[in-house]
Amino acid sequence: MSCCQTLPMNPWNHDVAKDEKDLIDVQVDGVWLKMPRGLNVVEVAHRSKKFIPHYCYHPKLSVVGNCRMCLFEMGTPKMNADRSPVLGLDGKPEIAWMPRPQIGCATGVTQGMGIRTDSPLVKDCRNGVMEFLLINHPLDCPICDQAGECKLQEYSVEYGTGASRFVEDKVKKPKNVDLGERIVLDDERCILCSRCVRFSSEVMKEDVLGFVNRGSHTTLTAYPGKRFDSPYSLNTVDLCPVGALTSKDFRFQMRVWFLKETKGFCTSCATGCNTTIGSREGKIHRLTPRENESVNSSWMCDYGRLNFRQLDSSDRLTRPLLRAAGAQFPASWTDAITKVADGLKNVKPEEVAIVASARLTNEELFVLGRLAKELGTTQVDTVPHHGTADGFLRSGDANPNTRGAELLGLTSGGRKIISWEAAILTGKIKALLVLGGEDVATTGISPKALAQLDVLIFSGILGNETSRMAHVVLPSTGFAEKTGSMINGHGRLQRMTRAVAGPGEAREDWMILRDLRMALTGGNSLHSVEDIWKAMALEVPQFAGLSWAKIGDLGVQLETRSDLSERTLVKA
Amino acid sequence: MACREHRLVFKNIDVRGYTRDIACYQKHGGYGILKKGLAIGGPAIRDEVKKSQLRGRGGAGFPTGTKWSFIDPTKTTKPIYLICNADESEPGTFKDRQIIYKDPHQLLEGMILSCFANGVKLAYLYIRCEFTEGWKIMEKALEEARTAGFLGKNILSSGYDLEIYVHRGAGAYICGEETGLIESLEGKRAYPRIKPPYFPAVLGLYMCPTIVNNVETLCNVKHIVEMGGEAYAKIGRPNNTGTRLLCVSGDVVRPGYYEFPVGALTLGQLINDVCGGIRNGNRLKAVIPGGSSAKVLKAGEVYKIKEKGLDGKMMEKEVGLEDLRLDFDTLAAAGSMAGSGGVIVMDHTRDMVECLANISAFYAHESCGQCTPCREGVLWLKKILGRIAVGHGREDDPALLKEVADRIAGRTICAFGEAAAWPVQSFITKFKAEFSARIARNGSASRRDTISLLH
Repeated sequence: MSCCQTLPMNPWNHDVAKDEKDLIDVQVDGVWLKMPRGLNVVEVAHRSKKFIPHYCYHPKLSVVGNCRMCLFEMGTPKMNADRSPVLGLDGKPEIAWMPRPQIGCATGVTQGMGIRTDSPLVKDCRNGVMEFLLINHPLDCPICDQAGECKLQEYSVEYGTGASRFVEDKVKKPKNVDLGERIVLDDERCILCSRCVRFSSEVMKEDVLGFVNRGSHTTLTAYPGKRFDSPYSLNTVDLCPVGALTSKDFRFQMRVWFLKETKGFCTSCATGCNTTIGSREGKIHRLTPRENESVNSSWMCDYGRLNFRQLDSSDRLTRPLLRAAGAQFPASWTDAITKVADGLKNVKPEEVAIVASARLTNEELFVLGRLAKELGTTQVDTVPHHGTADGFLRSGDANPNTRGAELLGLTSGGRKIISWEAAILTGKIKALLVLGGEDVATTGISPKALAQLDVLIFSGILGNETSRMAHVVLPSTGFAEKTGSMINGHGRLQRMTRAVAGPGEAREDWMILRDLRMALTGGNSLHSVEDIWKAMALEVPQFAGLSWAKIGDLGVQLETRSDLSERTLVKA
Repeated sequence: MACREHRLVFKNIDVRGYTRDIACYQKHGGYGILKKGLAIGGPAIRDEVKKSQLRGRGGAGFPTGTKWSFIDPTKTTKPIYLICNADESEPGTFKDRQIIYKDPHQLLEGMILSCFANGVKLAYLYIRCEFTEGWKIMEKALEEARTAGFLGKNILSSGYDLEIYVHRGAGAYICGEETGLIESLEGKRAYPRIKPPYFPAVLGLYMCPTIVNNVETLCNVKHIVEMGGEAYAKIGRPNNTGTRLLCVSGDVVRPGYYEFPVGALTLGQLINDVCGGIRNGNRLKAVIPGGSSAKVLKAGEVYKIKEKGLDGKMMEKEVGLEDLRLDFDTLAAAGSMAGSGGVIVMDHTRDMVECLANISAFYAHESCGQCTPCREGVLWLKKILGRIAVGHGREDDPALLKEVADRIAGRTICAFGEAAAWPVQSFITKFKAEFSARIARNGSASRRDTISLLH
């Protein structure tokens, strides 16, 4: 059950009662329970640990009641002439059952209502709907991407019949329809639940999809002259209960039952949409949004969803590189770390500058903070990355952990970096440590300045202009390849767990920094993310009382701190 | 019992010399009742309609006074809309079109009175798309009424403003379902709304309180205002008051439209006396009494019907098909319905398999496709029936048809599910032997050209 908080992006939140404290008596399958008044029967059943199957109903979309899968038997209390309820032998109100089944999605509970979710009538209703939905369905499960997570399959097992009584020709409809840049539609698989239509018009406020033709020939299509190219179009693939809408990126790539699911969040901007990372044998195949009513509800943008492809890039850095004789050569981690440590030892503390990154996790930034302190430098900053806020989920801050960097005191929002070009050219800065794969050219540090440095160290997942000039290149890991936490733009602390290993010899940044500290100072007590958390909880006031485990799968809203944010943050 | 027509709504229909222009209408006393209505006031009109016990003539037979009483014009802050449902498309029904084509001002007068009674400032006349001529007639009639001051601002100096617009339908049977009609009027696909929560009286057109009444119903309002509710209630029978327009089609000598007090005559009288009996000297086989969606009644059937005897006590008596009184309650008690008043008569030469295949082909074509059981089930019914009709029936088909129909009725968003399922349920149950015989002689060519209807 989601928390009582609801996001303004959704026009509906049927899973939340108008007043969660206004409780009434409801009988579910013979058991009297207290439930919030007006909550719909599908949600009431859910809260009663019962399940009413449904296709078209979605708590964040308007109720249309077209699939008829959630039909249930409804009763109202029998009344005496004086409007008092008739009591049975057990002292409980007697219920008069209606002969006609009702839809659970559109029925709000009232005082004394009776609900039957598994009576013979209800079973026959479900069996009937299943039969109807399948008679014209192509039954092409062996080649369907939805197989394994298809509601038609699941409910067939639960409520359907093994054999079909349908011997007629099936209705033919368009197949392999190129609906948009990222979406393919198979109209024969479509059960016309209209979830995608409603998502588009109600959540995205864009009328693109609709039905044409009538009866069994009804066909989902895009409006004439329009394509379904919404930046959030792939959410309809998740919403589609069957295999009608498929993602061009994922289709025919992997059977879903082979996917290992890891909980994470998207690092493509400061929103930090919660995700489920689907991977198999070290390769990520897809990202899907994971419901979190405090962050992204059930949605995420297509850009963030497909951004994991950069982890597959052929430009990935997979081995440490050392510069010698004007070129970079592969080296061992030991040699690379030693080279870095030696380089840093040969410059004065005030001659060291660190380009931290708001793409790093809190844990990595914390270790980096210790390193900076040990090096004795205060010249630490991050590179701002601006995106375009779309008023929905995309944030104007393309860095996922600006708040973490602020909290840990490792950024001035790029204001310090501006002066570093001059400092390098005048010899005041002799060593530059670049983390998080930043390209410092974007901050005004020219290749000419970089060429003057005695020590240029680069760590990142992809090569760029900075890495090509570095004396030491340290290959690190991307978002799905590491474990750590970040703070999103609204001050929510969230954690992610490593889904796959990085390529080649790439290492997580906190490990790289740990090894560097050991090489520089010889001492260290931070050998795991949990260790780092213990230290952070003691040193960072906002983290007081927290631990890795306490962050949980849905994150923790940090308390309002003026140094953390000027925006109003709400404690969860 | 005399079988003379009692023409109230049809009083001037087909009368020699009667034209549809406003001058003729006014010459016959037209818009005089409007003056009376404006004088007695809205609440008084509503009161008279309630006293009249008028029941809706569109098909469901819901009491009009009760429907109106769901809306209180003094309490609602939203505008109240009235929609005249002129989307007449139930097979076997052709009564509303007589009014629209031949006496449009009667409808307008009834509509204006009903609007006035319910505090409606804006009303729509939703007319079936196929009534192209009717649409033009109504537009012209509206223009005439506006010019004459019966519409627009300050009608007849009463201070009451009303505008009526004609909206042409979208060419689909489902547009006649009242919430489908409302959606269509709003410019969307005519997908019927779920009830609850979208009861038109609460969340109707543009989510405002809305009254949807049939053409014949609105015409009756005029006559109720004219004669008073109590006098109107004396026509017909208790709870089945007023007159009813009956459309008789099929195998009778004189098919056509007739108007009788509700329950004044029996089915047998209608067929034999009014319509001149079964044509070609054939025998009666079956009757669909209220439009194609009503359950079929079979010749020779005897129904147990409860009604008040002379001593005032409820008693049950056995009534044969031809002795069934043509009113709402009797036909409901006989397991069918008065529906839209479309009486379809079939003689002994009719092949029930083909009749049902024909009906199902209509419903399969008209299912809107919104909800699963109707969308998938009705086409399935049509396919099975088509298969039987062309000689590829299977032994299990009658049972399958019945089961499929049973899983549609009562489980859909609107009453279309019942409309499509009831014919199948009743034909299969009552003419089972005929279906079995047809399947047994598979392969032989069908006698009538049903195939063209099925594909």
